[in-house]
Amino acid sequence: MPLLKIDNLSKSFGGLKAVSNLNIEINEGELVGLIGPNGAGKTTVFNLLTGVYDKTEGNLIFQGKEVSGLKPYQVTHLGMARTFQNIRLFSDLSVIDNVKIAYHQRAAYSTTSALLRLPSFYMGEKTIQKKAMDLLRIFHLEDKAEETAKNLPYGEQRRLEIARALGTEPKLLLLDEPAAGMNPQETNDLMNLIRWIREEFKLTILLIEHDMSLVMGVCERIYVLDYGMIIAQGVPDEIKNNPKVIEAYLGEEVVV
Amino acid sequence: MRNWFNRKNLVMLLGIVLIYAVVQGLIMTDIMPPFYKLTLILMCIYIILSTSLNLINGITGQFSIGHAGFMAVGAYVSAIITAIMHGPLILGILAGAIVAALVGLLVGLPTLRLKGDYLAIATLGFGEIVRIVFLNMELVGGASGFTLPSRITWTWAFVLMVLSVLLMKNFVGSTHGRACISIRENEIAAESMGINTTKYKVMAFTMGAFFAGVAGGIYANYMYIIQPMTFSFLKSIDILVMVVLGGLGSITGGIAGAIVMTLVSALLAGVPEWRMVIIAVLLIGMMIFRPTGLFGTKEFSLNFLGKKGDK
Amino acid sequence: MESIIQQIFQQIINGLSLGSIYALIALGYTMVYGIIKLINFAHGEIMMVGAYAGWFATSVLHLPFLPALLFAMIVAAILGVVIERIAYKPLRNATRIAALITAIGVSLFLQYGGMLVVSAQVRTYPPVFPETMYSVYGVIFKYGDIVMLLTSIILMGLLHFTVQYTKMGKAMRAVSFDKDAALLMGINTNNIISFTFAIGSALAAAAGVLMGVYFNTIDPLMGLVPGLKAFVAAVLGGIGIIPGAMVGGLMLGLIESIVSGLGASTWRDAVAFLILILVLIIKPSGLFGKNVREKV
Repeated sequence: MPLLKIDNLSKSFGGLKAVSNLNIEINEGELVGLIGPNGAGKTTVFNLLTGVYDKTEGNLIFQGKEVSGLKPYQVTHLGMARTFQNIRLFSDLSVIDNVKIAYHQRAAYSTTSALLRLPSFYMGEKTIQKKAMDLLRIFHLEDKAEETAKNLPYGEQRRLEIARALGTEPKLLLLDEPAAGMNPQETNDLMNLIRWIREEFKLTILLIEHDMSLVMGVCERIYVLDYGMIIAQGVPDEIKNNPKVIEAYLGEEVVV
Repeated sequence: MRNWFNRKNLVMLLGIVLIYAVVQGLIMTDIMPPFYKLTLILMCIYIILSTSLNLINGITGQFSIGHAGFMAVGAYVSAIITAIMHGPLILGILAGAIVAALVGLLVGLPTLRLKGDYLAIATLGFGEIVRIVFLNMELVGGASGFTLPSRITWTWAFVLMVLSVLLMKNFVGSTHGRACISIRENEIAAESMGINTTKYKVMAFTMGAFFAGVAGGIYANYMYIIQPMTFSFLKSIDILVMVVLGGLGSITGGIAGAIVMTLVSALLAGVPEWRMVIIAVLLIGMMIFRPTGLFGTKEFSLNFLGKKGDK
Repeated sequence: MESIIQQIFQQIINGLSLGSIYALIALGYTMVYGIIKLINFAHGEIMMVGAYAGWFATSVLHLPFLPALLFAMIVAAILGVVIERIAYKPLRNATRIAALITAIGVSLFLQYGGMLVVSAQVRTYPPVFPETMYSVYGVIFKYGDIVMLLTSIILMGLLHFTVQYTKMGKAMRAVSFDKDAALLMGINTNNIISFTFAIGSALAAAAGVLMGVYFNTIDPLMGLVPGLKAFVAAVLGGIGIIPGAMVGGLMLGLIESIVSGLGASTWRDAVAFLILILVLIIKPSGLFGKNVREKV
């Protein structure tokens, strides 16, 4: 059974059909890419998956359960986490607080315990602190734990967003243009990071990206979206040479 | 239990006991003039009010300007229990707070989807509706209000204030408090990180209302008389000024703001016409020049006294 | 049977008169919100200042109705522009909440500063209109009622014309749509914003003068409640939408009249707030408004 099955998914905004009859299957452990020109509907797919938008038609089946209609936090509970196209960190909070908040859903003690400072509060906080620091260490951000998030350089902010998403202990990680604004060196590091976290955290990853070196270098399979519809799918080599894909990107440089 | 007794907490406890003892001593030996006592008790009331409003506005980022409505509910319900039904004081205050919390729940639930200005106006509307309800209630004397004996002492006010602030501070410093803060920072991201934003927004409103109800109960049982016009929109503004002055999102700030404004009001007691004008200029000036208030979102902390990892 | 119909019509007339006052005030709210997304809490106070200016013109300068009205409108327009430049412009890029708090500050300043200047004592408007009454099927129209309705209709008509058919109006609509784009198109957004404040304030002042004439007395705190109600009217019609403010104002006036007529006048004010909450819960964008999504 695939980890994620998107079945005939459609989404209309009034008269505009943003996504039409989408069919995507992702198996556990895969690293899949979702590419397409700007405005193709890629982020819309993410928003539909995570419950930010309501579908118009179709089914979203995650781990065998229908998840369309659930609220975003419920989807996250089930094991789907995401990052955002435009960074959505808790900018005025510290780096470590950003990650601690992600651990809330898994490690929370009761409100009563918090109010009365019962032993479970202290134990809970210790656990959250430890888990958060461990995660920051993996992402080489442990020195900046108390730093305010918005003061981090751009590349580190993006890393923090990924770290934070991992704090929710997901099975499926949705990355929305993680390499946006990065230089080739940073992109290379990111590629290694993505491969590494997939192994380390036993993740399945679906990523949206415009940077073709990242996509071709890291994805095992690719879906190509244009005007809300899948126009091609396959392994990187197939996609590279697919005439429909090249046509969709006409005018763009496909850097390999 | 072990966790409670670190150096930081003991110093804080010492300070609190000291303040209590000094004031109590001055009162019992009749050295303290009644006006000073009034001001100190009012400070306790306003500290609870501003901290509880901070929970909603500063910590969770929801904009509520009808806080006086919750205070009114607490005041009237507790007054009904203590003065009309002749019940014990603690029951009255507790009942007032619980009913206020229920009203907070009632206000929080439908207004959740509203953002910013719209939420502010909706809460303003609710506050006014509450006041008008009491205005039309014969049982509590309508517009002229009614009188009740003054049973609140410095001890009551101070202890309730310390307990309230402690509970709220404990909430904010926990993962639940962080959940609320994340809503303030970026609601969509918070929701995506697994925070049930609806639940926490309602929780903030309910808790804020509960403690406003406590403050209302203390107020009613101290002031000899309660009237609907005390709990008007202007009272909500007074509380908002304290929170903004001290720093939205900082508990220390809320306390500081309450103390400063109560002092300022006491000092200006002789020239009431100027009081609101000065507050108005203060509000405008603050927003233009220092919108983060005295403390911003920072807390006063005795962390330098503690070991690493103390909370 | 007849007298019930008469009463209903009477209430409708009262409701429309009151409603047209609310509409004039609501227009100012809606225009300012449309252009800089600010709820100008001080708008009710601008109405109050207009009422006082009108009182000054009629009682001290002994001017007749129309010149007094014009005088009040000009005074208020200037005040509106000054307030915007001093208090709101510095906060154009601040959070909406900061701007709202500032507006509350300005409102309080005008109310209580006003009390210091003119004292809390009420002033009375001199009789400006002849006491003639007209009776149509037993329903009474005072000369004053008719003038009020006419004035409101004419002013609203002028506003509509300005916004839809003049260059200024087009610029106003452009700025309210997208401030930055308008700036890039060469529109002096600061001037347009000031112009909007001026017009909105002038309309509020007209409402103030009409209130003075209708209710006879004025005091420095008179702006608060009608201001809030007019805001409810603007939200009801759809905040930022000009026809919405007109319709919302008239509707609110009618509803209030009916509630009064049914004998529950102490609850009159609560009705306005109840409507507000219902609108915000059911359809926050108001009768004429559209829902706008936040982009994720």
